[in-house]
Amino acid sequence: MTAAGLSALLSYWRRNLLQLFTLVIGLALATALWSGVQALNTEARASYDAAAAVLGEGQFDQLVPRTGDSFDRATFVDLRRAGWQVGPVLEGTLWAGETRVRLVGIDPLTMPGGAGPITQAGENPLQTFLSRNVVFANPEIADALETELSQEVIRDPGLAPGTAITDIGVAQVVLDRPGQLSRLIVAPEQPLGRPPLASVAPALVEQPSQQSSDIGQLTDSFHLNLTAFSLLSFAVGIFIVHGAIGLAFEQRRGMLRTLRTLGMSLRHLIWLLLLELAALALIAGGIGVVLGYVLAASLLPDVAASLEGLYGAQVSGTLRLHPSWWLSGLAIAVLGASVAAAQALWRIGQMPVLASPGARAWAMAAGRHRGAQAFGAVALLAGAALLVLLGDGLILGFASLACLLLGAALALPLLLDVLLRLGQRRAKGVVWEWFWADTRQQLPGLSLALMALLLAMAANVGVSTMVSSFRLTFIGFLDQRLTAELYVNTETAAQAKALQAFAEDRADAILPILFVDTRLADQPAELFGARVGPSYEDNWRFLQSEGAVWERVAAGEAVIINEQLARRADLWPGDGLAIAPEVTLPIAGVVGDYGNPIGQAVIGEALFRDHFPDVQTTRFGLRSSEPEVLRRALIDTLGIQPGQMIDQSALKAFSLGVFERTFTITAALNVLTLAVAGFAILMSLLTLAGFRLPQLAPAWALGVTRRDLGRLELLRAVILAALTLVVAMPLGLALAWILLAVINVEAFGWRLPMFLFPGDYARLGAAALFAALLAAAWPAFRLARTPPAGLLKVFANE
Amino acid sequence: MNKVLIFLLLSLPVTGLAQGFAGMGTDVEGFAIPRPDPVFDFPADHSAHPDYRIEWWYLTANLQDDAGTDYGLQWTLFRSALAPGEADGWNSPQIWFAHAAVTTADAHFSAERFARGGIGQAGVTAAPFDAWIDDWRLAGDSFDDMDLTATGPDFSYEMSLTAEGPLVFQGDKGYSVKSAEGQASYYYSQPFFAISGQLTLPEGTVPVTGTAWLDREWSSQPLAENQTGWDWFSLNFETGEKLMAFQLRQTDGTLFNAGTWIAPDGTTTPLANDALSASPLEQTQVAGRDVPTQWRLELPSRGVDVTVKALNPRAWMNTSVAYWEGPVFVSGSHTGRGYLEMTGY
Repeated sequence: MTAAGLSALLSYWRRNLLQLFTLVIGLALATALWSGVQALNTEARASYDAAAAVLGEGQFDQLVPRTGDSFDRATFVDLRRAGWQVGPVLEGTLWAGETRVRLVGIDPLTMPGGAGPITQAGENPLQTFLSRNVVFANPEIADALETELSQEVIRDPGLAPGTAITDIGVAQVVLDRPGQLSRLIVAPEQPLGRPPLASVAPALVEQPSQQSSDIGQLTDSFHLNLTAFSLLSFAVGIFIVHGAIGLAFEQRRGMLRTLRTLGMSLRHLIWLLLLELAALALIAGGIGVVLGYVLAASLLPDVAASLEGLYGAQVSGTLRLHPSWWLSGLAIAVLGASVAAAQALWRIGQMPVLASPGARAWAMAAGRHRGAQAFGAVALLAGAALLVLLGDGLILGFASLACLLLGAALALPLLLDVLLRLGQRRAKGVVWEWFWADTRQQLPGLSLALMALLLAMAANVGVSTMVSSFRLTFIGFLDQRLTAELYVNTETAAQAKALQAFAEDRADAILPILFVDTRLADQPAELFGARVGPSYEDNWRFLQSEGAVWERVAAGEAVIINEQLARRADLWPGDGLAIAPEVTLPIAGVVGDYGNPIGQAVIGEALFRDHFPDVQTTRFGLRSSEPEVLRRALIDTLGIQPGQMIDQSALKAFSLGVFERTFTITAALNVLTLAVAGFAILMSLLTLAGFRLPQLAPAWALGVTRRDLGRLELLRAVILAALTLVVAMPLGLALAWILLAVINVEAFGWRLPMFLFPGDYARLGAAALFAALLAAAWPAFRLARTPPAGLLKVFANE
Repeated sequence: MNKVLIFLLLSLPVTGLAQGFAGMGTDVEGFAIPRPDPVFDFPADHSAHPDYRIEWWYLTANLQDDAGTDYGLQWTLFRSALAPGEADGWNSPQIWFAHAAVTTADAHFSAERFARGGIGQAGVTAAPFDAWIDDWRLAGDSFDDMDLTATGPDFSYEMSLTAEGPLVFQGDKGYSVKSAEGQASYYYSQPFFAISGQLTLPEGTVPVTGTAWLDREWSSQPLAENQTGWDWFSLNFETGEKLMAFQLRQTDGTLFNAGTWIAPDGTTTPLANDALSASPLEQTQVAGRDVPTQWRLELPSRGVDVTVKALNPRAWMNTSVAYWEGPVFVSGSHTGRGYLEMTGY
């Protein structure tokens, strides 16, 4: 019985390959988008963990110098001899030609995490590591390092991009910092009777692990963004699957009734349907996971670049497969199919044995619950508004987005119905009246596909508005901030001194870039000392300010903070900010800061040097009307490496590159969503085409040619898409507003002004219309080619 | 487990302490090799010998508090060289590590430390004698009169040691053969220490007194390739006599054993191979392995037929190189106390 039942059920799919295709591809696409993004997130997190394992950031407490960036090795030995279980780290930047390498020296014997992610040390790792002759490097920088270093360079894919690890003794030589250490990692287990830190090493402070620059926390918002996008795509996919499954179940009512009258129990039947569903879901899920892998692999380099540019987080550029990810992909496919099928299965459970097989297709009946749908739409939209007004935090921001999109999707069929009724009222001539009425009648069957189109278009409008607004603001910001024509990183104090002396006469102005990593208002932050001059006064624009900002800063009487710090600590002009113990200054201005996740504060150079006398200036901005001449002179005279300098235009290009890459992912997901929606329309029209004949045959019989019928079908698709577009525009703008004013503030700490881009919207609209036209073309073409005999058959029984 | 431990376990070319290192014993890359008929130079030889691959300062003690409760104590400093010789700063090829433990009848506390040579974090000087790693220290004006400290996450101790007898040279005047192929080490001991001080345990601080035994050994070729581990006994009989005995277990099931009979005045008699027999009487499952924690020890030439029984059969050193080490009681033809070390299980 089971075999016979199953074979009967499956025969339907054999006869309706198109529906099978819709179902499988819809589910596969949904799974692909979801699992692809999950793969990206997993890979990024694995990279953070790998980095944390080497350096102990976030995992272990650390001892860092109170001021400056290094301290003497003797301090380490003193602490060890007092019982403190700490491991030394020396970290520095190395230029291998044009390649920037983060070189980390560790002592594997005392490092709490051991040698972390090193996987290529052979059978005798400690011996290899301590042989003083090897540097382990990420494969991407290994070639450059090989030309620079005399040590053997071992390629180790376990290391984060741009990172090389070596023994601390080698690092001291390579970085030319003999006897120096950057910080100490504190082992979690410490012996009894350990003296307090202040009595052994008063120059160090303990930094609890959760306060260290926790890359995971910083990047959470980025990953949440990606996850939200993948959920949206998944939802769009599930719309398609829901339609396909509903249709299939409804069309099989007759078959189900027959099976039951033949003696198959309802329970047995539902089990068979579940079995069939599970099989389909697993097949589609499998395809989806493979597609997801391809998607993730092609997006990963951009994601990695974005994360590094935005947060300095290093993410490996190659994707590894985790079994858990496969399983979760399949699980989400099964879950999605179950959600999509729940309603249909429930209906079959309720169906009396001898109920007449539904004459109307299920899709035609979808409009039955208008009242409930309207209520749901209003409730969701109200919920979205409430969340924006009352909510706080990134999750609630996304929740309000979800409510807005879902509410709008539910409202769409109702709105379209109203709009079509308006059209019908204005229609002249019998053909046009029939056309509008027929369009309205088709609406329920197309509404799911149109909802998908709505979501896709709204997401496109919203995201492109956000990205373009961001772009405009960001370019303006770069122009304000990157005032110096040439930026130079010096490697030693002597070089810094030589540079200042050399540039004194040759540059129009020297802007030392003085900063310390510190904590302000209980947040990790950077404190800058600025040499106030026209470069700052003329260019910086304040979001809020009080009095003569730069004069007060130059006099050491006030501080400027960035928007991130202002928002997070709720500090605004007039409030006080403690920049050092016992020094609290009023805030004179708040500046927009769009290239940086953490807080920043700017004080005058003199005040900075008073409080942080140990901070060495190693970076300089040089103003010059002939930057290329200056650059040559610095290379030829001072022996500064080309890699140590970057000119303004290159820096701008780099910053914009980071920016573009950040949104490449968003753009790619956007395009995919639109593609999925187009596919949904195509599939809906194709599945509906079969039911259309009885409705079109009378029109044909009354004299409308097949060619005209085909044209009208095309027109209908375009009109429906256009009307959907009309709803999508305001929805997209609302989406953009939430992204800019709510999500961005929560995720990055800054609020962006919103700009409108009518040209972009027009192009998008045209693309959507074209997609609808394309999707409708094939069904319309088939209709135009339907043999008259086919149309006549409709009347055969009358 | 800490990664560094696994790291070390896989890598250190050290010691007779663990299985798996046997192959290193014959792999001599410029290291000095012990020769017969050594002439020791004290106090210089109490210090480190960086030209040899491995070396240790190995102290065990049997202790009692006022109530007669028994305790065991271990303090061991190991030196292991990646290459012969010494160099300044991080360039030093010398690696130091150390184990400390306190054993009671029902608990075993242990800790370990690691250090690089060359930077002052660990080392040994001869006069005044000072052996240290981090805050652990065995030091005094002379080798006969020293203070001992160690700390762990859940225990610590501070002890004073006074030698009440002479140094004892193991094997052939300090040349201790470890295999039929001739692997050997320099090996001398100070088994006559009186020890007193304080143990700090989770229950509180306990004043204790007792006897301690210090072994000094250095070599470049600790085990033959076919040797998998050893069982080592240091026993203080109530007659004042002492016995050091070890057997090396070989892959073919045979044993290589050796030992020294020490008279109360420090006079030594080396034991011939096969003069001694040690057979397990009882196994204890600890750390997932079966370890013999009760032994029958027979030395017919001295009329010794004793049972050696662990104070705490679970005295497992859960260090990067794991082994069993704990205090034992002796009963039978002779009575007394001592220490047992077993590796390679």
